[in-house]
Amino acid sequence: MGRFGMVGLRSLGAWVIGQLTQLGRLACFYARLSMLFWSAFTRPRLLLAQLHFVGNRSLAITLVSGLFVGFVLGLQGYYTLNRYGSEEALGLLVALSLVRELGPVVAALLFAGRAGTSLTAEVGLMKAGEQLDAISMMGIDPLRRILVPRFAASLIAMPLLAALFSAVGIGGGYVVGVVLIGVDSGAFWAQMQSGVDVVHDVGSGVLKSVVFGWICGATALAMGWLARPTPEGVSQATTRAVVASSLTVLGADFLLTALLFGQ
Amino acid sequence: MAQQQSTAARDLAVGIFVVIGLLALLFLALRAGNMGGFQLGPSYQLRAKFDNIGGLKVRAPVKSAGVVIGRVVSIRLDPKTYQAEVLLSLDQAVAFPKDSSARILTSGLLGEQYIGLEAGADQQNLSDGAEIKMTQSAVVLESLISQFLYRSAEQAGASEKR
Repeated sequence: MGRFGMVGLRSLGAWVIGQLTQLGRLACFYARLSMLFWSAFTRPRLLLAQLHFVGNRSLAITLVSGLFVGFVLGLQGYYTLNRYGSEEALGLLVALSLVRELGPVVAALLFAGRAGTSLTAEVGLMKAGEQLDAISMMGIDPLRRILVPRFAASLIAMPLLAALFSAVGIGGGYVVGVVLIGVDSGAFWAQMQSGVDVVHDVGSGVLKSVVFGWICGATALAMGWLARPTPEGVSQATTRAVVASSLTVLGADFLLTALLFGQ
Repeated sequence: MAQQQSTAARDLAVGIFVVIGLLALLFLALRAGNMGGFQLGPSYQLRAKFDNIGGLKVRAPVKSAGVVIGRVVSIRLDPKTYQAEVLLSLDQAVAFPKDSSARILTSGLLGEQYIGLEAGADQQNLSDGAEIKMTQSAVVLESLISQFLYRSAEQAGASEKR
């Protein structure tokens, strides 16, 4: 019994130390990436290429999702508000839910799936193919040359994508609410404008999306960077990148909402 | 050459992406948000004490004749009088006579609460930091109902005596 207890304790300790080491490695990686953020602008060509890759290529999925989320918000919001005879508040409901929550969060989840995965796979395969080693053999820092432009591009693209998602979603809500159902157009916009505050609602939404861009970009790159250099390792890292980014985004969203909107 | 052309096309695409992203932000700020609407330019502040502010919140509008002319800046409880002291920030262009009154009103049946200012007839105007003396508290539904109940109970008691 005593020996088993010792073995159990020892393996528990080893497990905890392993987890903590992993966590520390991740934290160091995140910190190094963040500190090198501005150095991305010394290589504008690389940054532009990555912006095209993570930004423009994610445009279609973001816009279409935003439009349909807006449609659904219009329908569901009307259904609920109609019970209280306050359909005019539809614009406010659609705009606030998109700007404060759905825009940043859903755009980030889509971003993690659309751009994050390819970042992880790309970096993981570079590692597996020993390309990263080759680059550092040439005296070039792979962190600056490969990872930082991708990270900076995520950080820049995410707020823009989230804003587009919200804007298109409001358009979708307008189409369903005003054009199809027949809510008064003037009331739709007037209620929205009286209830949406630029700093508190739009500003905090933008802040959220910047944080989510940081999370998605850094997590995707970290998973690729730390992946085992085998085909299975890369595939596992890709899966883990999506799961970890999505969960972190949702958790961070709760924290940020509590901090920004809680009183 | 082809390489250069595709780079140019890519740069253009990124440029378009960034521009429409910023346009979307501008749309959210101007069309969806209140940036195009009422904004405080140069302003001055007034104080008002209420027995009960009901559900009044900071940043609630201050209206006169239904026109928004300012916002509630802060709300605190005066520890001496146990009244709520509300600080209002008003548009400098609108001055109010000294005997103006402030009321806490509700927009619609279930709407948000705001402060309604009614101008008085005094020759002198309220200056920055002055206090609005005449105030009327928010209507609290519970006290309204209990008043009504008391009155009906009183009437019932009176009719029984007779």
